[in-house]
Amino acid sequence: MTDAKIPTTTPRQSATFTADVNSDIRRAAATGIYDIRGGGAKRKVPSFDDLLFMGASISRYPLEGYREKCETNVTIGGLHAENPIELDIPITIAGMSFGALSGPAKEALGRGASAAGTSTTTGDGGMTPEERGHSNKLVYQYLPSRYGMNPDDLRKADAIEIVVGQGAKPGGGGMLLGQKISDRVAHMRNLPKGIDQRSACRHPDWTGPDDLEIKILELREITGWKVPIYVKVAGARPYFDTTLAIKAGADAVVLDGMQGGTAATQDVFIEHVGQPTLAIVRPAVQALQDLGMHRKVQLILSGGIRSGADVAKAMALGADAVAIGTAALIALGDNDPKYEAEYNELGTTAGAYDDWHEGRDPAGITTQDPELMKRFDPIEGGRRLKNYLKVMTLEAQTIARACGKNHLHNLEPEDLVALTMEAAAMARVPLAGTDWYPGKPGTGF
Amino acid sequence: MQTIDLTEVGLRETNKMLHAQAADTNQTVWEITNARGAHAIACGLDAPIEVTVKGSTGYYCGGMNQQATVNIDGSAGPGTGENIMSGKIVIEGDASQYLGATGHGGLIVVKGNASSRCGISMKGVNIVVQGNIGHMSAFMGQSGNLVVCGDAGDALGDSCYEARFFVRGTVKSLGADCEKKEMRPEHIEILTNLLKEAEIDADPADFTRYGSARNLYNFDVDNAAAY
Repeated sequence: MTDAKIPTTTPRQSATFTADVNSDIRRAAATGIYDIRGGGAKRKVPSFDDLLFMGASISRYPLEGYREKCETNVTIGGLHAENPIELDIPITIAGMSFGALSGPAKEALGRGASAAGTSTTTGDGGMTPEERGHSNKLVYQYLPSRYGMNPDDLRKADAIEIVVGQGAKPGGGGMLLGQKISDRVAHMRNLPKGIDQRSACRHPDWTGPDDLEIKILELREITGWKVPIYVKVAGARPYFDTTLAIKAGADAVVLDGMQGGTAATQDVFIEHVGQPTLAIVRPAVQALQDLGMHRKVQLILSGGIRSGADVAKAMALGADAVAIGTAALIALGDNDPKYEAEYNELGTTAGAYDDWHEGRDPAGITTQDPELMKRFDPIEGGRRLKNYLKVMTLEAQTIARACGKNHLHNLEPEDLVALTMEAAAMARVPLAGTDWYPGKPGTGF
Repeated sequence: MQTIDLTEVGLRETNKMLHAQAADTNQTVWEITNARGAHAIACGLDAPIEVTVKGSTGYYCGGMNQQATVNIDGSAGPGTGENIMSGKIVIEGDASQYLGATGHGGLIVVKGNASSRCGISMKGVNIVVQGNIGHMSAFMGQSGNLVVCGDAGDALGDSCYEARFFVRGTVKSLGADCEKKEMRPEHIEILTNLLKEAEIDADPADFTRYGSARNLYNFDVDNAAAY
């Protein structure tokens, strides 16, 4: 016998039971509770990154970046409202609640949005004076829980957004854990302090599209038909939901893809329910076009919008405006590596921190802890958000000019190609280098 | 008294006239005729006026009411008095689903019966029903009082917080985390006052109080079956 070594295989990790999966299993086994977290889907899904603009060439000529104008303004809600919302830029701030966010963070969102000429939105928890005072244009969310809902605030709003669903959790309600129910949050929501506050998944006084039409009538009567009424839906069945919202009388449809964030819900919900933002735009635009309502009822798209390129792609596919949430929080300072040591203490790392519901945010944004809140300066935060919004707008304009457009709304699907078959099918634009996409009428697929 | 024929004047103009009344208005008594089940009649009022609607109403009559008294001389449709803040709504007939949903204050009185989800998500409103109420009433009720002189349907007070329920008759079943409670002197006092305000002749001693067992206030996986 020789003592020749028997070759061993290298340790092989399972593609099914990955380190992430195994840690989920161990956590569930140890705690008996499903994982709750904030943010949107972290899994990789087909996205706007899979689309490219072609730019101008001989057949189309570009606009001169430093001389020729590219407009960015948008009017939302002109169909039924006496006072539609006029925005300088088509990038709005999505609904995020006081409760999930601190009062100063809400103030910063108002400051930044106002300075950039756009609107911000309340959330599940009512309207705070900080937010109303610092927001030139404030959209008031009308949610199933109706926490803090009162007609005085409703009449102070520049628009009302009836929330039917959100991309992170289509069909789900919410839960704000006890540690974030401070005296002020408890008072606004009329709940005992320190308990887990549940939010219903359905509205308490209407169900279905016929009821929605009557609910919209009531809200219009109460606000004297002055302000636009938006309907926000998750990107679940965008063609039908958009159709029904328009038929119910919405002035605008807010459509939120699965990358859109939430303050807190089950991880399994965030990652496994809903559709990618890329996949929901065209069906919604199709619904608007089929009803002859495209550009009359505005489509506001949200869910993972991060840059001017994303804005331009959303507009090219037919959206009238976009909304940002997670990106705005990052602009304010959320998940900043300067707090890395503290993120490590919380068992995470900058960029991955998503336990917003626990209220221990080192950046002082997603918290009600008075000490942590002090770290966040709403004036500086507002300035950062304004800068970010301006940069995104400049980026979108740069692309639009390169495509020869004198308004962001003039971008069109014909300006785009897709890098993957999936993106081509979802966006209904040709696969790069071809004139074809899966599902293209008359192509046999 | 100001009389408005709803069919002639239309909903928008009717509500506009009522909304135009200020706190010191002299036109404090209004009557709306030909209601014919229209929706959103007299919603969003915010003045100390008394509006009587002759006939039955559709959805959301008296919605988000502040200060005003709204009398419905007929039966009331779904969501009547939703999110009421203050004032009073009196329904002579029966009330449909979601009566007083998410109401923050004020009083709603039903002389007949109320349907399912009466007082759903109530946040401080007081509701007094002379007859019976339907299933899932006061679901997620946060605060306020629901008084039922008749019987309550299935799942009363499911997932409720601090709202109180007083029932004189039977309760078909209690919802998750709702339990029978002791009737202490302060509860007798609350009930006596509410019955008096609703002008209903009933003996508070005949009622049983129900409310939250507070077992679902903080999540525990061993309670998962209750959710």
